[in-house]
Amino acid sequence: MTRRQLWLRFIAHLDRPLLLGICLLLLVSLLVLYSADNTDWGLPLSQMLNIAVALTCMWLVANLPLHYLMRTAVPVYLLGMALLISVALFGEISHGARRWLDLGVTTLQPSELMKIGVPLMMAWYFEKHEATLTLKNYFIAALLLLMPVALIMRQPDLGTAILISASGFYVLFLAGLSWRVMGGLLVAVLVSAPLTWSMLHDYQRLRILMLLDPSQDALGKGYHTIQATIAVGSGGLLGKGYLKGTQAHLDFLPERTTDFIFAVYSEEFGLIGNLILLSLYFFVIARGFIITANASTYFTRLMAGSITLTFATYAFVNMGMVSGILPVVGVPLPLVSYGGTSMLTLLLGFGMLMSIETHKKLIKT
Amino acid sequence: MNRQVELKNHQREMYYFQLRLVISIGLVLVLLAILLARFTYLQVVRHDYYQTLAESNRISVVPIVPNRGLILGRNGAVLAHNYSGYTLEITPNKTTDLEATINELSTLVEITPKDRKRFKKLLAERRNFETLVIRNRLSDEEVARFAAQQYRFPGVEIKARLFREYPYGEITAHLLGYVGRINQSDVAQLEENDLAANYRGSDYIGKTGLEQSYESVLHGTTGVEQVEVDSVGRAIRRLSRTPPVSGNTLVLSIDAKLQEIAFQSFGNYRGALVAIDPNNGEVLAFVSKPGYDPSLFVDGIDTQSWDELNNSPDTPLNNRALRGQYPPGSTIKPFMALAGLHYGERAPGQTINDPGYFTLPGSSHQYRDWKKDGHGSVDMFKSIVVSCDTYYYGLATDLGIDRISNYLSRFGFGKKTGIDLEGETSGLLPSQAWKMRRYQQQWYVGDTVSVGIGQGYNLVTPLQLAVATALLANNGKGFRPHLVKEVRSSLNNESHLMTDNPEFDLRIEPAHLDLVRKAMVAVTQPGGTAVRAAAGASYHIAGKTGTAQVIGIKQGEKYIEDQVLERHRDHAWFMAFAPAEQPRIALVVLVENGGHGSSTAAPIARKVLDYYLLGKVPQPLQTIAGEEDEEHD
Repeated sequence: MTRRQLWLRFIAHLDRPLLLGICLLLLVSLLVLYSADNTDWGLPLSQMLNIAVALTCMWLVANLPLHYLMRTAVPVYLLGMALLISVALFGEISHGARRWLDLGVTTLQPSELMKIGVPLMMAWYFEKHEATLTLKNYFIAALLLLMPVALIMRQPDLGTAILISASGFYVLFLAGLSWRVMGGLLVAVLVSAPLTWSMLHDYQRLRILMLLDPSQDALGKGYHTIQATIAVGSGGLLGKGYLKGTQAHLDFLPERTTDFIFAVYSEEFGLIGNLILLSLYFFVIARGFIITANASTYFTRLMAGSITLTFATYAFVNMGMVSGILPVVGVPLPLVSYGGTSMLTLLLGFGMLMSIETHKKLIKT
Repeated sequence: MNRQVELKNHQREMYYFQLRLVISIGLVLVLLAILLARFTYLQVVRHDYYQTLAESNRISVVPIVPNRGLILGRNGAVLAHNYSGYTLEITPNKTTDLEATINELSTLVEITPKDRKRFKKLLAERRNFETLVIRNRLSDEEVARFAAQQYRFPGVEIKARLFREYPYGEITAHLLGYVGRINQSDVAQLEENDLAANYRGSDYIGKTGLEQSYESVLHGTTGVEQVEVDSVGRAIRRLSRTPPVSGNTLVLSIDAKLQEIAFQSFGNYRGALVAIDPNNGEVLAFVSKPGYDPSLFVDGIDTQSWDELNNSPDTPLNNRALRGQYPPGSTIKPFMALAGLHYGERAPGQTINDPGYFTLPGSSHQYRDWKKDGHGSVDMFKSIVVSCDTYYYGLATDLGIDRISNYLSRFGFGKKTGIDLEGETSGLLPSQAWKMRRYQQQWYVGDTVSVGIGQGYNLVTPLQLAVATALLANNGKGFRPHLVKEVRSSLNNESHLMTDNPEFDLRIEPAHLDLVRKAMVAVTQPGGTAVRAAAGASYHIAGKTGTAQVIGIKQGEKYIEDQVLERHRDHAWFMAFAPAEQPRIALVVLVENGGHGSSTAAPIARKVLDYYLLGKVPQPLQTIAGEEDEEHD
């Protein structure tokens, strides 16, 4: 085998347009991290390590044929549930929330695993009952979604619970849940809203209340939103220039390398920069939809659609919360925020998209 | 249900799926449009408004660090306080060429190689937008000189900071400990305890000693100031202020003068001294010698000084009073005597004959008395007065190790005293079970023999022995020892007394106690082992000398002090309380490699007692070296 053949085999299962979009976003991540970390190489370097690990995992998953992917659904889901239950029973408490499992060597956040595990399980379930779908199946699929979500809500981790609910809902939606049922659900949600309100933790209520009027609590919970909005707004059309964002560099922006990294970007690159970033996201999302439309089986269609829509949701929720139109729920900006776990989860999803795209020919023949 | 409906219609299914996909794409586009609209609103329509907010009118929340609480002696002497001083500080990322800047600065103010080293260390640890100290404690002249040239040094500024100072230096080093810069592990600890917010802006935290164990009392509550700052971060005006609450003042039970006299009385010797008021458990003096200069640690110690302290054969960082574990030697004898009376193994008048050695039945091994020819006929009273070893070899054998262990543990041997300092060691009180655990060996009778004279497996800390001595002095009634007498609130100056000590009573038979106490008084009278040190005292001292072997001596060999390396010389002990009839102070002196308790340890105790009971200050303070030669015989 020549070197060229080896190379071709190596990249055979990588979807090039998708990879391009991802890499451009990762480049943005490193650039902004360098600025957000006060022109220090520490975080960008460590983010590079996160990226290297996550890209490797993506490549592995992309090379995994579809029937293997399907076979992992039940074990991954069961493992995730087992971990969530053990977190509820013996998890580490940090910042007042019980999310982490201490494994001695490392700590693990099982809710992250479920971001993949839940849609995978639901798509598997629908594929299995594809021939005879009735309302009962939708109901069971919804249960598969609600059990982990309830456990994650209890931790409490509102952001992750919302994202997983969304990814599960997309599976239901794409699997053809009737409009009537969805309408009914909407009514149910509106009716149960006061009940949910009473179940929320104080800090979550504060965050929602503060969204209506951030200036109410300028030094506490509202501080994040106010400072982030100032950063975005003062960026203007063209931005203040790379490394010149005063909000970020004078220490006004909290969590500026993680959840609020978009404020740093937006302050320095302005509306033009935002437009470019939105285009990059749309490029990745559009490619995801194309893969979804071309997917050959019921399972892969549902899975690809859910992954793509969840990614879009991530991006929207994060930018919405930084620019002050959504409550601060603790969702990172996908592929840009600093962090190893979310990077890994996202790229595993993209690995699946690539596998779906590059293995379909084999199935069709 | 109709089977026709259940069968899937592939084409219709695909149609529905694609419809939903199109709806999804539409939804994503709508969401992106919403974001774009919001961005346009913020960045174009409201740009000027936010521009103004960002550039000229920003609110910064500044923590105001509280003043750390003072530490005072029982008579009001200041043992730890804060003084404000000027520091020269650099913000690395506002400076173009650090090295050149520092070189340039050194032409204006003195910057030593130590300062540079410390700065480099800070540079490695901290983030480069924090201000880092390059020089501490600038003189007024240096401040003026720099202020005139400040325009030349962007990113360099003078700040007023509070420094911790310990006026008594090494004398109180092991007692007070020191504060040091907050490091990574401190931060982790603070976060775990949910205290990180209160330490915003704080530079220092208690690292050892009372500074550490009373950190929460001393630190105070951090205040908050809301200020308007301009685009380069300069404060323009204050919007609101929540003042900080200073840390509370600690008033110690330590008598500062007594502590000083005790420390100086050691001369060049190493050792420890603990003095306790037996009537309430208040610690009056707490000395470990050598000490060290705590101010070295406050500013961040440089590697050279650290290595010197850490590698010194004198181990100045070792808190001997709290953590040093030594064989108790003959100081264990009064407690052994009480054990013998308690279990009925000895009657007060019962005598033994001491030929100068002790042998176990069926063995020829000789356990020697310190006096070669023996003490002749010895009863319990005499056994303490002349410190007869043979008497206690036999007593220990008759008691057996487990009864010894059981009885001595009542006096606190083998366990921590619970004093208000961290890092206390528990000494060692051996028993059959302990030896099995530790060495997987059974206990031999021979092991018990030497325990009787405090020379076996048993180890005590000077603090433990002092607490046990205080128990004898107070007729078996005891307290948990404590260094802090009261906490004085910084808010209303109200005092909170530390009197919640559990009081306990060993219920020792008064007749037994009376015998032992009388014998201990006789120790300091003619015929006793500590007569010289007590000579001329206007009050009665109850005492007991002790000698702890550092190296073993072979059978048939004689220990000759002058021929032994100084580091291999015996440790000297002296325990005492006075006035013997109505004790006000109980103390223990340990002199490392000091030879005999009577010649080195007892004179130190005498000086401390003379000051505490009579107010007599030794003249000159440092006199032990002269007496030492005279006493060697």
